[in-house]
Amino acid sequence: MEQRTDKNSYTIIFAVGMVLIVGVILAGIFSLTKPIITVNEEIEKQQNILYAMGVNENEGTSANFVSTEDAPKLFKQYIKKQLEVQGGTAVENDDAYLIDVKKQQANAKNGGVRKLPLFVGEKDGKTFYIAPIRGKGLWDAIWGYVALDKDMVVQGAYFDHKGETPGLGANIKQRFFMDDFNGEHLLSDAGVFKGITVAKGNADPKNNDKTDNEVDAIAGATITGDGVTAMIKKDLKLYLPYFETLKGN
Amino acid sequence: MGKDSRLILDPLADNNPITIQVLGICSALAITAELEASIVMSISVLFVLGIGNVVISLMRNIIPSKIRIIVQLIVVATLVIIVDLVLKAFAYELSKTLSVFVGLIITNCIIMGRFEAFALGNGPWRSFLDGIGNALGYGVILIIVGFFRELLGSGTLLGFPVLGDPIEKTGLYAIGYENNGFMLLSPMALIVVGIIIWIQRTRNKALIED
Repeated sequence: MEQRTDKNSYTIIFAVGMVLIVGVILAGIFSLTKPIITVNEEIEKQQNILYAMGVNENEGTSANFVSTEDAPKLFKQYIKKQLEVQGGTAVENDDAYLIDVKKQQANAKNGGVRKLPLFVGEKDGKTFYIAPIRGKGLWDAIWGYVALDKDMVVQGAYFDHKGETPGLGANIKQRFFMDDFNGEHLLSDAGVFKGITVAKGNADPKNNDKTDNEVDAIAGATITGDGVTAMIKKDLKLYLPYFETLKGN
Repeated sequence: MGKDSRLILDPLADNNPITIQVLGICSALAITAELEASIVMSISVLFVLGIGNVVISLMRNIIPSKIRIIVQLIVVATLVIIVDLVLKAFAYELSKTLSVFVGLIITNCIIMGRFEAFALGNGPWRSFLDGIGNALGYGVILIIVGFFRELLGSGTLLGFPVLGDPIEKTGLYAIGYENNGFMLLSPMALIVVGIIIWIQRTRNKALIED
């Protein structure tokens, strides 16, 4: 037995066979689950967008989405318009929520035009403009949805991540961090775009000062926090020309 | 039977994978900043190590010795990816919580260590018990470290504030207590593991190497 498994020819045959078997199993399971996963991801996007505009089932200090069954219905009910923003103008596109921000960012890098989806939601007579953002954390991608009013004041934010450290960077998707953004201004008093900096030692841990363009950082998650700062500054700035046209109305 | 039960009990204390064999330190440092993550990781490893050990044990007579490490790696990676895909399709919420741990499980040295040291030379049932035992031993240390790091670093346990509110200055914080932010960083995990090793070897002198 031992002699047989030590032979080079056996080793090669075993390796080839194993790769084939594992490859077929993985490919099979992947193609079986792919359609279900795609649907799950679309629903999650709807849940995220609704969460940012305050349509959620938050209880106490935990962040809860609307249920997966209700999400498509509520999305239709609350999101009045889906836009594709180009500079100061916008065209309606009912599938704007399917635009892949990652692909669009790569597109822009290669000199192409980046499609900028913007969702207009209405709740209790208030209008929300929700924009997706995406950037880099410490280990992997981070992304989020920020709901703004027409003066670019944050009305709600949702952040998520692919692989940040549990207990540290992963806490960007906790209420105590996301809720700090509510009411923060993206513009300075003079109306210049400043973004929001996730700042260490901003001497405002209760976040009472909403016009300082800063929120309190998470201890031990400096690089993830800097990533959040960067994606807010970079991605939301692209919407600035469109928001300037809203001011006139 | 006595021999089989030792497969479960030994790794819990006197042959603990973390404190005695010093395996799996990387993930013990990385994800123990809060108790919940420690528990999730312990359960995931329990699952993967239990099943992985059985699979490797069943294959032990046909695996070519020259490429056995690669074969082990493929088995564990395949198992983890299948679980990940199935969870994504049928338990999406759960999969989002677990996705962070997928990479950490594949590279966990305890898993490779047990495949190599035990499953390659023992039958499936004994390998299963060995896998469960070592995963439990790993989990115990993870949970102890996670408990102290979350309690002293954030003042919470499983996310619930147990020491009062550090911003409103209630509870312990009213008398001047402060969270130790250093507890949240990896070096403190190593020091906590070190303290556990110290206590364990003080109580049982037989564990001290020369």
